Amino acid sequence: MSILMMLAPMSVFLGLLGVAGFWWTLRNRQYEDPAGDAARILLDDPEDRPL
Amino acid sequence: MALTYDAAGAPDFSAYLKDRASGRPSLELLVRGARCASCLGKIERAVQALPGVGEARLNLTTGKLTVGFRTVAAADPGRVIAALERLGYPATPYDPGQAAEAADREGRRLILALAVAAFGAMNTMMFSVPLWAGLFGQELGPATRTVMQWWCAIVATPCTLYAGLPFFESAWRSLKVRRANMDVPISIGVLLTLAISFSETLLRGPDAYFDAAVSLLFLLLIGRWLDHQLKLKARSAAADLLALQAPAATVLTPDGAEHRRPLSEIAIGDLLLVRPGERLPVDARIEAGASQLDNALLTGEALPCAVEAGGLCRAGALNLTGPLQVRALARSEDSAVAAVARLIEAGAQAKSRYVRLADKAAAIYVPVVHSAALLTFLGGWALGLGPREALLRAVAVLIITCPCALGLAAPAVQISASARLFRRGVLVKSGAALERLAEVDHVVFDKTGVLTEGRPRLLDAAPADVARAAPLARASAHPLAKALAAEAGPGPAADQVTEHAGLGVEGLVDGRRARLGRAAFAGATDAAGGETELWFAVEGEAPVRFSFSDQLRADAASTVQALRRRGLSLEILSGDLPGSVAAAADACGITVWHAGLSPQDKAARIDALKAAGRKVLMVGDGLNDTAALARAHAAMAPGSALDASQNAADLVFSGEELAAVAESLDVARAARGRALENFGFAALYNLVAAPAAMAGLINPFVAALAMSGSSLVVTLNALRVRIDRSRR
Repeated sequence: MSILMMLAPMSVFLGLLGVAGFWWTLRNRQYEDPAGDAARILLDDPEDRPL
Repeated sequence: MALTYDAAGAPDFSAYLKDRASGRPSLELLVRGARCASCLGKIERAVQALPGVGEARLNLTTGKLTVGFRTVAAADPGRVIAALERLGYPATPYDPGQAAEAADREGRRLILALAVAAFGAMNTMMFSVPLWAGLFGQELGPATRTVMQWWCAIVATPCTLYAGLPFFESAWRSLKVRRANMDVPISIGVLLTLAISFSETLLRGPDAYFDAAVSLLFLLLIGRWLDHQLKLKARSAAADLLALQAPAATVLTPDGAEHRRPLSEIAIGDLLLVRPGERLPVDARIEAGASQLDNALLTGEALPCAVEAGGLCRAGALNLTGPLQVRALARSEDSAVAAVARLIEAGAQAKSRYVRLADKAAAIYVPVVHSAALLTFLGGWALGLGPREALLRAVAVLIITCPCALGLAAPAVQISASARLFRRGVLVKSGAALERLAEVDHVVFDKTGVLTEGRPRLLDAAPADVARAAPLARASAHPLAKALAAEAGPGPAADQVTEHAGLGVEGLVDGRRARLGRAAFAGATDAAGGETELWFAVEGEAPVRFSFSDQLRADAASTVQALRRRGLSLEILSGDLPGSVAAAADACGITVWHAGLSPQDKAARIDALKAAGRKVLMVGDGLNDTAALARAHAAMAPGSALDASQNAADLVFSGEELAAVAESLDVARAARGRALENFGFAALYNLVAAPAAMAGLINPFVAALAMSGSSLVVTLNALRVRIDRSRR
């Protein structure tokens, strides 16, 4: 059972990583323009990369 | 606007520049027509290539282009707008305002709370699964159980406290003014659940509800976030509509230069230039020029009236034929519009007293549930359960009956209903508006611009004549000429055209001089009507007459029938002359009509209907309708309406079809039906769950199943509104 003492904190930590990642995408305004981001990858201009 | 950019003659949009103090001003534009990747690349490259522009970024989702300039001196919004116009994308300066940004911060906070609650719910669940297994006789020693419970507590407590903040704050705000809203029982329930779970963990008991507390918040936050999205979307779409009307005016300075200024910056005594096709920004006296004014949105009169120097004109009137120089007599806030705005405010207050369905349900639900919990505690203790067991059962009642279904039921229905209407071109301003629309039993129509198209259309004329007059008509901005040009279809415009203000246009057709305009101007002598006809004359030939009328919308009669089939009574309130109102009423089959009404008369008629117990839907577009729109139980306006009317209306429909009224009503009624079903289901669920909790049959596993199960049923039922049966 003592393996739980290691596995449980690890799983919570991985979950926290997910929340932190989501928080980072929010801060970076990655949900402001979904249609535009989908269109931008089709542009050939190398300077026109997403943020 | 001119096709080539000419710095001296173009209007000045510099009032729309933001961050001028920082030295790197920026500009927001609403760009129409950009849909795909190639539009995006074309627009950004073209704007970035302009002198003085540092960066340009187009948001394809919202259609907003942000342009950053390098220096204040080089910032020239007019050049950007002209460049976009050349590319074929009309653009309007856009002032997002502070309210929108603040709402966005609120939205980001809600979604972060939602993310934290989701994390908490999932990770607490991970530790709860062994606990649930233990409840069903699987091997789980008391020591392991306590370890798992502590893990639940460590994960769930911070998540619950953070994700619950929106509810705790709202509950505190309402308690401070000695009222109880829905968030008060939610906050009490969540905090009590946390406390009792801690005490169970410390006392090494089996009943810890950490997972219930945090997943409850997760489900409620979904409802809260949906509601927020609905409001945000409606608000930004409404702001876009108003930005398209470009609330700015052209001010003439003494040296003859033109400056484009926002309406709020116009002072009394300013000399303004109003071009044909523009609306008068403020009440004003005409200094120079002659023209015809269309007062249809102000008074409901369909016929334009002629004005000349010295005449007075009111804000909102549309200038039809010649450019006018006018002297401002009032500031924008004090203009004729403002008197109506005060009437609107009075109506809006009445509407804010409307109690929403969910709040009505909560008003019954909260006292019932809380007394049930209290009874469980007291009764259990009296019957010899002991205070700990009695308290646990009372908390189980609170958890199992917590208003997930209620909190999710109404927003989920309303967001799917308004998404369906949005696809159809109808903009819903709020969820409460849909609820009010569903209760309507009497519909009042304005005539001009609502039942009719609000613009003239050519009556039967010889196609040969139309084709000959068309080149001249294409060169004019007059609405009658535009109607003629529309009838003829695309083609070349005439050469050497000169526009004679208030009279007509003259130019070369097939190498011969021709005139299109008023009877006397074209050389006709038997002038009968005047305002709704055009005369066309070619040198040396007899003049030809074209007559026009404001046609009924194509689906006016069928919409009236459709509304009548739904059990609604109808009437027309119009400011126009009795003759034309009677004709329109007859053509679309409405028997009750009133003509020649002032804005106050219309509002009084709505009040009288209200006093008689009717729930009125007002459909109107003009300034003369706004007071009535604001007073009615529910209000709709077409997208062509004045901004004041759109502000007063609950729903705005775009496009040519009046059928949107009947369809909105259907969707609103369907949404009300779904919402009531959901409340019924929630009541049924509580009727079963609450006694079970009182009898001590609920453990943490059953609580988790019941809560998510009921929320799922409610949400799936709400999604049924999206399905449009009539289209299949």
